[in-house]
Amino acid sequence: MDILNALVAILNYVVVPATAYGAQLALGALGVTLIYGILRFSNFAHGDTMAFGTAITILITWALQSAGIGFGPLPTALIALPFGIAATALLVLGTDKIVYSYYRKVRAAPVVLTMVSVGVMFLMNGLTRLLIGVDEIKFADGARFLISAQEFKKATGLAEPLAIRSTQAITVITAAIVVAALFWFLAKTRTGKSMRAFSDNEDLALLSGINPSRVVAMTWIIAAALATIAGTLYGLDKSFKAFNYFQLLLPVFAAAIVGGLGNPLGAIAGGFIIAYSEVAVTYAWKKVAMYLIPGFQPDSLLQLLSTEYKFAVSFTILIIVLLFKPTGLFKGKSV
Amino acid sequence: MSTRQPGAARGGKLRAPLLFAAMAALIAIEAATTGWNGALVIVNMGLISAILALGVNMQWGYAGLFNTGVVGFIALGGLGPVLVSMKPTPGAFSAGGWGILIAFAIALVTIMAAVWLNRHLTRMKGLAILAVLIAGFFLYRAVFDPAVAAIQAINPASAGYLGGLGLPTLLSWPLGALLAAGAAWVVGKTALGLRSDYLAVATLGIGEIIVAVLKNEEWLDRGVLNVTGIPRPWPVPYEVDLQADPGFLGRAAAFGLDPVTASTISVKLLYGTLFAAVLLVLIWALQLALNSPWGRMMRAIRDNEVAAEAMGKNVTGRHLQIFILGCAVIGLAGAMMISLDGQMTPSSYNPLRYTFLIWVMVIVGGSGNNWGSVLGGMLIWFVWIKAEVWGPQIMHVVTATLADGALKQHLVDSAPHMRLVMMGLILLLVLRFSPRGLLPEK
Repeated sequence: MDILNALVAILNYVVVPATAYGAQLALGALGVTLIYGILRFSNFAHGDTMAFGTAITILITWALQSAGIGFGPLPTALIALPFGIAATALLVLGTDKIVYSYYRKVRAAPVVLTMVSVGVMFLMNGLTRLLIGVDEIKFADGARFLISAQEFKKATGLAEPLAIRSTQAITVITAAIVVAALFWFLAKTRTGKSMRAFSDNEDLALLSGINPSRVVAMTWIIAAALATIAGTLYGLDKSFKAFNYFQLLLPVFAAAIVGGLGNPLGAIAGGFIIAYSEVAVTYAWKKVAMYLIPGFQPDSLLQLLSTEYKFAVSFTILIIVLLFKPTGLFKGKSV
Repeated sequence: MSTRQPGAARGGKLRAPLLFAAMAALIAIEAATTGWNGALVIVNMGLISAILALGVNMQWGYAGLFNTGVVGFIALGGLGPVLVSMKPTPGAFSAGGWGILIAFAIALVTIMAAVWLNRHLTRMKGLAILAVLIAGFFLYRAVFDPAVAAIQAINPASAGYLGGLGLPTLLSWPLGALLAAGAAWVVGKTALGLRSDYLAVATLGIGEIIVAVLKNEEWLDRGVLNVTGIPRPWPVPYEVDLQADPGFLGRAAAFGLDPVTASTISVKLLYGTLFAAVLLVLIWALQLALNSPWGRMMRAIRDNEVAAEAMGKNVTGRHLQIFILGCAVIGLAGAMMISLDGQMTPSSYNPLRYTFLIWVMVIVGGSGNNWGSVLGGMLIWFVWIKAEVWGPQIMHVVTATLADGALKQHLVDSAPHMRLVMMGLILLLVLRFSPRGLLPEK
């Protein structure tokens, strides 16, 4: 019984939240890695692209709610999501046209493009704040729980509760669908294949008649979609705050690098590695230890690091990977 | 890099003096409209910004290194004044000081043991290192946690931390530089020599972590409770002392100033002189370095790493060197900023303001040019401060024709965020149309 309780506690406080968080990070990292693989620079504006997409989605959610449109037990934000994606795609395509395309034409060094993305980051950050302000916003509606703590306790008779919030379930399901669709797109469609060819060898791809502007536009649209979905899911699961999205940049980048920049499969693995380590290291293991070791009464919470240091976890994993496997766990690019 | 030689910047030799004169005119206009007190506040922080920009320019302009953790090195430098110039908390060191030092020694020994195992073991390496690290971590926490609890229990409302050494504040500036240089060594050692963007992401991480440490380690700097009343550096006096000094009052009266204005302006002028002196010494040293064989080597490495390496230059080693030096300058400025403010508020270290704004200063001023960084630092700081005022004014004009309502109110309320948009625009426009900045590198 105690072992079961310990397992349930681990599920409830570590596995479930980390899986949802990992799915969000993986989607974010996929966007970063795609841009890196095809456009060949680290996009520092990605966190703020996530914030912008989420802000638009929230605004449309509010409009829908005030019009009395809902999505039953699902959050209204899911209806608003396609509009958010469309708006974000338009924004990044516009930025590409006005800002980035020039640097591609003059074949600027990747670090210059990264610097340019810092300028875009400022712009998008300011734009998001103008749109929706700096306060914390909760916009999840619909059913709160898939499995609530009370129901679970009653059904199983265990002392430990297991709660799965509907937003967590939605996150994982949506992420799975999006990832499956993305991999299908990259592997099976003509455009997807040309994107991979472009990423592997730009010159060869151009010689074989692949239209670069089409590939670039497609990359931006997909990156905008991934960013908006990741941002909206994160916001549904936790809450929306512009500054937090900027801070997500570090775990998202760490996930992409750990998996191997430019490698989509690696980005997903990286997202989950970062998320699980972050949650496991900042979780207070006291309760689990008490279940597993009878008669054990620790004085402390058995928490390895306080939650404020969760960034240290991404950073440490990043440093370890850089030290021992600089191209990432899965083979990434090394331009 | 490019084969096209860019033409000399317009204005030739007079360009720099003219632009600095324009900057001085901006300050004078500011002083004429809002008074010298406000103008000098901008000047003092502008001088610190100039030093920050110099540090970033060393890394980016001399070596092409993209440091996105500037905020962390500024914050770490700011720890200098807290550790040096605050009075020690009575009883704190005997309560937990030794415990913390022993804990750090344990951490150091653990890491050294792990490194040694990594070098000398062939079989079971991973497991052995993991075991050593885990054992070391638990031992560290077992010593560290009670020591921290003991220190934080001492008079938590006003102290609850170790305090400093009670030494003169000026001594803390080099310490701030040293602290930042130490952190830079750790990051540079791991992330340099790999792809250029890795340094950017690694420094982004160390920046976040340093700020998180300063926010949460209350035994060190009281965390979010802030350390206030940090003593001023010699020779800057306090306003109240000046106002009580008959000699000063006499001189103030001779200038026709009332005592309050005279004392606040004198204090700010003294700060400004002190900062300007540091800035000039730094520029002098940097110009010497830049024109020495070392400086030529740095630029050669920046412009063509492969060729420089073929000539036998140790690219990674030189990058590490310049990265550490640049971070030391940033740390120095961080320490100066804290002794100007007189307080340490870890929650105020925002990366947009303290990392990316400094980058805008360097790019706008002209990367690779030290005087350009100084100009960029002063100018962008001025614009950043004024944008807070201009934003709402512009928004009022823009929304003048709009009917009163929720939209207008929202636009007017969020106008202060305009300055982020403005900085983004400035950065993008300069990068696009004048990538060499206001004062291009020669």
